[in-house]
Amino acid sequence: MEKRFMKGCEAIAEAAVRGGCRFFAGYPITPQNEIPEYLSRRLPEVGGAFVQGESEVASINMVYGASATGTRALTSSSGPGISLKAEGISYLASAQLPAVIVNISRGGPGLGSIQPAQSDYLQATKALGHGGFRAMVFAPASLQEAVDLTYNAWEYAERDRGPVVILMDGCLGAIMEEVELPEMKELSYTNTEDWCLARVNGREESHMITPILPELALEMLNKFKGMTYKMWEMSDVKVEEYMLEDAEYVVVAYGIAARVAKEAINTLREQGYKVGMIRPITLYPFPKASLDNLDYSKVKGIIDIEMTIPAQMRDDIELQVKERCPVHEYGRSGGVLLDDEGVYEAIGQIVKGGA
Amino acid sequence: MITINELMCKGCGYCIKFCPKHILEMGKERSQKGHFYPVNINKDACTACAICALMCPEAAIEVTDKEA
Amino acid sequence: MATYKRPSALMPMSTGYCPGCLHALATRLVADVIEELNQQQNAINVISVGCSALNLYSWSGDDIGAAHGRAPAVATGIKRCLPERLVFTYQGDGDLAAIGLAEIMSAANRGENFTVIFANNQTYGMTGGQMAPTTLVGQKSTTTPFGRDPMTTGYPLKMCELISVLEAPVFVARYALNSPKGVMDAKKGIKKAFELQMAGKGFTFIELLTNCPTNWGMSPLDTLDYMTGNTIPYFKPGVYKDKEGDK
Repeated sequence: MEKRFMKGCEAIAEAAVRGGCRFFAGYPITPQNEIPEYLSRRLPEVGGAFVQGESEVASINMVYGASATGTRALTSSSGPGISLKAEGISYLASAQLPAVIVNISRGGPGLGSIQPAQSDYLQATKALGHGGFRAMVFAPASLQEAVDLTYNAWEYAERDRGPVVILMDGCLGAIMEEVELPEMKELSYTNTEDWCLARVNGREESHMITPILPELALEMLNKFKGMTYKMWEMSDVKVEEYMLEDAEYVVVAYGIAARVAKEAINTLREQGYKVGMIRPITLYPFPKASLDNLDYSKVKGIIDIEMTIPAQMRDDIELQVKERCPVHEYGRSGGVLLDDEGVYEAIGQIVKGGA
Repeated sequence: MITINELMCKGCGYCIKFCPKHILEMGKERSQKGHFYPVNINKDACTACAICALMCPEAAIEVTDKEA
Repeated sequence: MATYKRPSALMPMSTGYCPGCLHALATRLVADVIEELNQQQNAINVISVGCSALNLYSWSGDDIGAAHGRAPAVATGIKRCLPERLVFTYQGDGDLAAIGLAEIMSAANRGENFTVIFANNQTYGMTGGQMAPTTLVGQKSTTTPFGRDPMTTGYPLKMCELISVLEAPVFVARYALNSPKGVMDAKKGIKKAFELQMAGKGFTFIELLTNCPTNWGMSPLDTLDYMTGNTIPYFKPGVYKDKEGDK
């Protein structure tokens, strides 16, 4: 295993290459520019292709084309650009093409701000595009986790033939940490030979890849996808449960917010307060069971901490809490970062006040 | 020698218009699909120039050598 | 004497196009050329949205449906990953000259090594005959019921002329499919474009003037005369750029 001190965006880019990514198309937008910059140099080294698209719309469609050849394809952007990619992401879902989409999110809505924020939870988990499809959404909280999730993202994308999202905010994209880089994957195209346009393994019959289907075929596809999403809930949920055994207050936070919240929880624990945390690593499928199975005879409150206002994950939390205890929220927004003191005070107030 | 596949033909009439020997005309019967389709009224005059096939949007006309 | 056989790149059934639609003829021409070049196993048809999408049901070789206007971006992704394959987009005028203007101009400007087949029938056929960027001045459509008025809708967009001023494209030409001469020239042009692509020369662009009997409200035969009198004088057929030929 190779260890390197890397910046978040570059770590993701390197992990993608090692995970088999051989095509990238994207359009400049802050705060994710280090990903295309890194890959413009790195992909040609491994026989891959890099294209700077004329827009996010074109870029996601280049990814659509590349993916159709069975090539592991990546695009990255930030909120405003992901909105533009919505069309292409929906087409990927419809044509059943795997792809990985990285969103290094920033303040929103609109052009918003270029500073970090977790403002795209709802977009990533519920509204990636038209037509009612879902994508797995991975939300790393450290660069090592970002590397590991990116490295394996295509395994999920190809298994279920659809887009996979990595949602990380601009803060994690910009920080530097030590990461262990996994080995370069050997690609065999065994996952793609049944449907891709490349004549892999001597295939002679032709293939049609289509984002439009006759009514009954489309309904059948949608039913099948519905079952796939159910399967994700049973087998693919990733979650970190932290100090939940005796917890009277449970923080729910992901990504950068979870890192900051963990510090506050540790301080409060030292003071004797029983606080724990549920950290969704997959935002979709959402770790429903972790919340549903809490012992609500002990739990007095849930605290949703997000770097966005109003909190966006709250709906998903409340659906599982089912009014068995109060749900609180705290956040900063617009590119203003969560800080240790603010989060400590917000959690502390609820915990100490016994609210 | 031309063969018109009446199931492919949609009766646009391009082959009739462009046949230099004027040996095609629109038939009086409809195909199974409901289109009128051209009929060859003077088979011997066909030189197999293939202009009818060239202009057929549906590739409904096959042209073979006269001798065949 | 000549012979003609239905090309194997087409499915063995009639197309979804209306009677007399030159879209079908354009599709057939491409299939003819692919057969002549023996590229049935090698070609990838990138199909766009609009009536051109009906290609999905008549094309028997490898094909992929792209989003509206995005075929050149999709083709870019495909060709960069499979440089040995013969890749072409098949697009209509609403798709290519309105919603997909950024994608076509940028792909052409990058000199992507694929071919664009552009069927220009001056209308949005599939959606019922709305004004296209290529609708002629005075031509009626469902959104220009009194004829296209350049004061509010501008002038029909000349794509060959636009693309030929770019540095990268190697072959840019326009043909009218309303006469045997036009069709024969078009076939030669398509063949030349494919051969240039197979030689790795770069971006090639073939515009085919077509018709829309249904939305123009004319019989198929009348559309051919309309094209002679109206379309061809504005969209002049010819080779607009031939980088290799100029050498």
